[in-house]
Amino acid sequence: MADPAPRSPHALSPTRRSETLTAWALVLPALIGFVLFYALPTLRAIEISFTDWNLLRAPKFVGLANYATMLQDGKFWQGMKLSAYYVALNIPLQTVLGLFLAVAMDRLTKSLFVKSIVLLPYLLSNVLVAMMWLWMLDPLLGLVNSLIDGIGFERQPFFGGADQALLTVAAVNIWRHMGLVAMLFLAGLQNIPRNLYEAAALEGASEWQMFWRITLPLLRPVMVFVLVTSVTGSFQIFDTIAVTTNGGPQDSTRVIVYYIVQNAFSFYKMGYASAMSMTLCIAMMIYTVFQMRVMKASENDLA
Amino acid sequence: MNTLVSPAVADATPHRIRIFTPGRIAAWVVLAAMLVITLAPLWMVVKTALMHSADVYTESAQILPTDPTLANFKRVLGFMTGDESRALGGSGAEINFMRSLGNSLLFTSIIVVTQVSFAAMAAYAFARLRFPGRNVLFALFVGSMMVPGVVTFIPNFILIKDLGLLNTMVGMVAPFCLMQGFSVFFLRQFFLSIPRDLEEAALLDGASYTYIFTHVVLPLSITPLATIAMLTGINMWNEFFWPYLVAKDEVQQVLPVALQSFKSQTAQGQPDWTGLMAATAITVMPTILLLVVLGRRVVESVQFSGGK
Repeated sequence: MADPAPRSPHALSPTRRSETLTAWALVLPALIGFVLFYALPTLRAIEISFTDWNLLRAPKFVGLANYATMLQDGKFWQGMKLSAYYVALNIPLQTVLGLFLAVAMDRLTKSLFVKSIVLLPYLLSNVLVAMMWLWMLDPLLGLVNSLIDGIGFERQPFFGGADQALLTVAAVNIWRHMGLVAMLFLAGLQNIPRNLYEAAALEGASEWQMFWRITLPLLRPVMVFVLVTSVTGSFQIFDTIAVTTNGGPQDSTRVIVYYIVQNAFSFYKMGYASAMSMTLCIAMMIYTVFQMRVMKASENDLA
Repeated sequence: MNTLVSPAVADATPHRIRIFTPGRIAAWVVLAAMLVITLAPLWMVVKTALMHSADVYTESAQILPTDPTLANFKRVLGFMTGDESRALGGSGAEINFMRSLGNSLLFTSIIVVTQVSFAAMAAYAFARLRFPGRNVLFALFVGSMMVPGVVTFIPNFILIKDLGLLNTMVGMVAPFCLMQGFSVFFLRQFFLSIPRDLEEAALLDGASYTYIFTHVVLPLSITPLATIAMLTGINMWNEFFWPYLVAKDEVQQVLPVALQSFKSQTAQGQPDWTGLMAATAITVMPTILLLVVLGRRVVESVQFSGGK
């Protein structure tokens, strides 16, 4: 805005001052939320991780003792291993199935009805999804076991079997997330100019060649997004396990976040739980940076 | 990275003219199979919810309920006493789903209204107003999205406990209602795209920034506001972990927590499947309703949110 009289450049004009005030007033509630529930807690988590604290007595500073304990704790490593194993089970299948669904929908149908069904599982809570599959996969009464029995195979314990519980949790979450992944890929697919395919078809490229040479490379930005968010999300799996297996049978599903929550809210080891959560956080950040670097997330082949 | 759906591109001529190739038929078969796998569990929920408890052992694998009944719904909604429900073979677990439904509605709507309002205010300041520290603050807000929940939940739980807010609605909504990095980021992107001319005309007429925000910018932003409200609503309706930590008390439970504790109550022996599935069916209903009423909007919003 034009000022009526020129002032020294350092003094704010009344208009500028009111602009600044308005801005701070508008930002204030969000700023309070940011400080109270994100910034301070993050700093506090670091602080707590250096203490021994059960919430009843005052926290006692123990330096790096929690981190040292963690490195010696077989259950911590087991939890990390299970989480990594879970991610390795979950992500490839979820991504491939999602991609298949997206390509199929892109080619076959624009139906909103189909899209809605595909997306539905993702819109349901983890708890609901876990509950449904607990019933579907019940060893005695579940539909899946009735079908398995019906075609002459042996009934499976699913959530109740130490060797297959984590696999079952992964399958359930693939069911829940496949549609979301498909929708994200579908949006990416629709940004690929159709004339690229027409040109390729004129040159005699096969369907398969077009997929590998055009579709997949041009989906890279979406792929990075899907991989980063789904891997970090899978690493934090908790809800499904809390409803279906409670970490069992024989600790076969006690993934790292479940172990952290147990330490914090069952054993009241706040310091130890915080040390583990900081470690997990750092591991995920390293992964994110690594993934973005490797897949050159910021470059866009369409530009 | 931008993955907005652009219908103009989508509607361009398909590059294949033949319709019935073996590949297409195979793709249709697989797609149809995947849709069946998606819907089957939902159908089994409804079917089981309509069954008599006693029939669970004999008819669990049937696709249609032989003798449908609404008893399970009455039971979980509290229209039947514990004794009556035990007589019908239920667990007699007296979880009041009506109360949890109310809690869930309140929890979700408080967060949607406050979070979206505060995010819009902050986003407007970040998009249009000049103030010292603007860029640093915005970067911090966006950075807060990167901090995984597992880091903040212990300090946040301690904070809520110290404030004496365990088992209260305030304690449940507090971490979500003031600020959510994604909402601020998302709305700022949209506000940046509104032509400046509109606001400058108003400024010349002597309007304040507050007036411009409420009378020019917000009315132009109904669609993105609805989008972010819907995404927040879906996420909060489904939120389990935080309410589970701070409000285990029955009176304050939201639906996912109530459902989990209803299930744990029947941990001895076979769970009360028909009751559990009736409760599940009730909890699924709002989501299905949302999809039926606002299908296109929901689908596009979710795709949109992935495009950040």
